[in-house]
Amino acid sequence: MGIKEIQEEIVDEFEMFEDWMQRYEYMIELGKSLPLIDAQYKTDDNIIKGCQSKVWVHAELVGDKLVFTADSDAIITKGIIAILIRTFSNQKPQDIIDSDTDFIDEIGLKEHLSPTRANGLVSMVKQLKMYAIAYQTQLN
Amino acid sequence: MEKTTFDPKTIRKDFPILKREVNGKPLVYFDNAATSQTPQQVIDAIVDYYSNYNANIHRGVHALSQEATDRYEQARIKIQKHFNAAASHEIIFTSGTTHGINLVANGFSSIVKAGDELLVSAMEHHSNIVPWQMLCERTGAVLKVIPMNQDGELLLGEYRKLLSDRTKLVFCNHVSNALGTVNPIKTIIDEAHKVGAAVLIDGAQAAPHIKADVQALEVDFYTVSAHKMCGPTGVGMLYGKEEWLNILPPYQGGGEMIAEVTFEKTTYAELPHKFEAGTPNICGGIAFGAALDYMNAIGFDGIAAYEHELLIYATERLLTIEGLRIYGTSENKTSVISFNIEGIHPYDIGSILDKLGIAVRTGHHCAQPIMDFYKIPGTVRASFSFYNTKAEIDALVEGVKRAKAMLI
Repeated sequence: MGIKEIQEEIVDEFEMFEDWMQRYEYMIELGKSLPLIDAQYKTDDNIIKGCQSKVWVHAELVGDKLVFTADSDAIITKGIIAILIRTFSNQKPQDIIDSDTDFIDEIGLKEHLSPTRANGLVSMVKQLKMYAIAYQTQLN
Repeated sequence: MEKTTFDPKTIRKDFPILKREVNGKPLVYFDNAATSQTPQQVIDAIVDYYSNYNANIHRGVHALSQEATDRYEQARIKIQKHFNAAASHEIIFTSGTTHGINLVANGFSSIVKAGDELLVSAMEHHSNIVPWQMLCERTGAVLKVIPMNQDGELLLGEYRKLLSDRTKLVFCNHVSNALGTVNPIKTIIDEAHKVGAAVLIDGAQAAPHIKADVQALEVDFYTVSAHKMCGPTGVGMLYGKEEWLNILPPYQGGGEMIAEVTFEKTTYAELPHKFEAGTPNICGGIAFGAALDYMNAIGFDGIAAYEHELLIYATERLLTIEGLRIYGTSENKTSVISFNIEGIHPYDIGSILDKLGIAVRTGHHCAQPIMDFYKIPGTVRASFSFYNTKAEIDALVEGVKRAKAMLI
């Protein structure tokens, strides 16, 4: 499935929720249930420091697709990471470069991806794109 | 403590912002240690300035300039009186506490020599650490740390051991922004003076709660920000003893701070203008004066007693939540509560409180060494002002319980 389709699927899922409480509960569940990153990649090299929470990102190329794993020490941040990984991981680098994260607005979580929120997530998305650009150059 | 007759209901009417809603809930503003809210009286002073007498100061011959200059200098005198400085020229207008500290640190770079020692407390805001580290890098001076205990209190015995004839400067906050501890600054100042060291006190967190008397303290430098005490952002003051301000070289060059300029040589203006290069934040300075008028009309005794009542109430209520730990448990503290709940990241609690319309600060509060000391990533910090209420504290406690139920 392409990035756009996955994002639409997530938007559909979130439409079932009536209020922010349910959305947050779902996010917290996502955050709790996903083992996101292999311990060996949870290194200082892979860390993105926000003022509030730490985020780790690891990327590797499998075939022509980029596979991301990531983690955070805050559970809500981790829930959003789970959603971002679901959309961006296992995709071609060029598709990642061309994509956006506007769907986060639609599911009512835009405050967490706001550039003014110092939680490491905005830097994480930037980092995912940087990896995509780097690997795309390799593929070329 | 005796119950006060302080009436927050009347006071709240002065603050237009307290009527607004956030995320569909009435705003509960508990981020006062980051910035205080602004009463109508201060907003009016700002509007009055731009509506009636906006002009550049100190050099115009026209009426508006004269009026603006008078009001700006009157504000300086209000600040002088509030902090009981000996002379109004010992009050330097700054952009805030950080600016004040940098001004002094920069001035000391021509005084401090390699091998000299500077003492910093373990509970400083980054703005009272980094300018001194930069000074040490420039001069080869050495930065030493006054340690603290688990309650968040400085170890004065260790402090005395650190003091020597090599000590040139001691800097410490009056109140810790992350823990709320009120430091024994009179003792710190007296001990430093015994070895001939100068003392800078960061008064940013104390100023909204405690009226400092710089002459009684005999402090060399004391600096605050207006926006923590009902004034606007971008303005503050640095008090310096006249003898020190005469010794320190100017911080920035420009207009206003000169006596005479030729391409061969410039002579500097008298105090306080020597340290006030460029057009200052005129409106901000005047509004700072209005904020002091406002707070003094309410009275700092009443403010301190009521805020203490809020602190005790909130501490008792929050501690009923299982797994909640408060950081900063000194007997002597202002109305600041830094806490965590076991197993929950502060960011998560803050995010859920925000959804409930409750504004707290989460994170390391620009005091990473304190977080390292407690081995935590950060805390949730609720800081109360005299316009807050016990009902709002109840909302906070319910909010934290709800967040805990969702997150555990």
